[in-house]
Amino acid sequence: MAKQRLVLTFPHKVVEEPITYHLIKDYDLVVNILRAKISPQEEGRLMIEIEGEKNALNKGIGYLKRLGVRTQPLAQDIRWLETRCTHCTLCVPLCPTGAILVDRDKMEVSFDKDKCIACGACIPVCPYKAIEILF
Amino acid sequence: MAKTIAEINKKIKKGEAVVVTAEEIIDIVEEKGVKKASQEVDVVTTATFGPMCSSGAYFNIGHSKPRIKLEKVYLNEVPAYTGFAAVDILIGATSLPEDDPRNRVHPGDFAYGGGHLIEDLVAGKDIKLVATSYGTDCYPRKNLETWINIKDLNEAVLFNPRNAYQNYPVAVNLSDKVIYTYMGTLQPKLGNANYSSAGQLSPLFNDPYYKTIGIGTRIFLGGGIGYLVWQGTQHNPGVARTKGGIPRSSAGTIAVMGDLKKMSPEWLRGTSLRGYGASLTVGIGIPIPILNEETLQYTAVKDKEIYTQIVDYNKTYPEGGSESLGEVNYAQLKSGKITFQGKEVPTASLSSYAKARKIAAILKDWIKKGEFLLTEAVKLLPSADSGVTFKPLKERPIR
Ligand code: SF4
Ligand code: SF4
Repeated sequence: MAKQRLVLTFPHKVVEEPITYHLIKDYDLVVNILRAKISPQEEGRLMIEIEGEKNALNKGIGYLKRLGVRTQPLAQDIRWLETRCTHCTLCVPLCPTGAILVDRDKMEVSFDKDKCIACGACIPVCPYKAIEILF
Repeated sequence: MAKTIAEINKKIKKGEAVVVTAEEIIDIVEEKGVKKASQEVDVVTTATFGPMCSSGAYFNIGHSKPRIKLEKVYLNEVPAYTGFAAVDILIGATSLPEDDPRNRVHPGDFAYGGGHLIEDLVAGKDIKLVATSYGTDCYPRKNLETWINIKDLNEAVLFNPRNAYQNYPVAVNLSDKVIYTYMGTLQPKLGNANYSSAGQLSPLFNDPYYKTIGIGTRIFLGGGIGYLVWQGTQHNPGVARTKGGIPRSSAGTIAVMGDLKKMSPEWLRGTSLRGYGASLTVGIGIPIPILNEETLQYTAVKDKEIYTQIVDYNKTYPEGGSESLGEVNYAQLKSGKITFQGKEVPTASLSSYAKARKIAAILKDWIKKGEFLLTEAVKLLPSADSGVTFKPLKERPIR
């Protein structure tokens, strides 16, 4: 048995697709949805844990890719190091979920862990290594 | 009535000076008017905190026994410049270790360079020095490997040939691929617009014609005290200006120096710009003495009165151009989005307004406590009518 935690990003046209149903029915996988976020303006995002026989797991992921779903391994934790952050705001537009917030009066940045899907997009952008990912 | 710097300093020494930041002065002028405010306020503090690549430090390590005339020097693997006398070393913010992969796998990370080294040095960390030389009769030694620490150096001086740009373009990317620039990662098709200025808090916006700022001006530098020593390289005061005198594109710059030993890693930060290189983020604060109504009027400038140009960093900038795609002001940029070419574009900044605000407050505090006196510039910076310009390179092929 193998297990993987993934962040799935899927385009509009796939949002209607019963992805989890197919993963379970056709590939005999155990699917545990950790977090889902689909909004009309955005792409869909699903954080899942899938478990199953190694071959089936790979085939299941292959099925997702054929559908045009982007898969990324899910980090366990994202840490924002407040003392290293200069509040420049450079990372802000790159965050797909608005987890990095800016108080526009103070021009100060804060981090909303609940909104973070641990995609890692902000990490290489920060010039001061103020965001860390822990796998 | 006009005031002199000597009069202001007298008040500072007595702890009676009225000092406000370049943000606070905006409301004061709105409330009291220019005339009254200029009588009441003595000093306005300005500040900026952003990546400034044209920064570096020089120091003297003292002589070893036997002596060595340093030729090739690496500090934590970062190459330094030694073309001076035997044990004087210069390190620039963008210098990279020879084995750094750079952009071989694009975009490179540039995790450690000269800027990071300067931050570590200032933080009091031991630095590994590896040096070689050719040996002379008076300097026989050919190899030196030792730890050095800032506290043992004879002189350690931050010396930045170009800092605190008076205005800077907004970088965008019109192409359909991501690009990695010194203005940050730019998403395709106007995915984001990156700027880098503290706007209404930024020093040279508050004295746009350099009527008080010049050689010898005492400043906050990297958490310590420094001095303005020359106009910065690429000083370009003659660009188009608004009615209020604010340059509409990159204009004045300053060269600064100060005692590195008294500075702090909080205000000198090693910086990694993905796909571009290493740099140093520098904190600078400049006090503006309020000598008359005119100097005060300039300090009351607001973000929405300061305009800058939007430039395509995919084609225009790399090809040596600077043609503008349009103009925006800093109030728009700071709101988090601008509307441009019919599209809502999120904005991001490289320089930190929050940190600039903190520096302006620290400098205000120093002056109020009487710990920091103002200086009269020995010579003001060349202004808009000086004829000083920033010229492109005229290439003359060598045959
Ligand atoms: S990892 Fe960074 S970019 Fe991704 S959601 Fe979390 S905060 Fe946003
Ligand atoms: S890029 Fe880094 S320093 Fe700037 S706001 Fe984001 S986390 Fe903070």
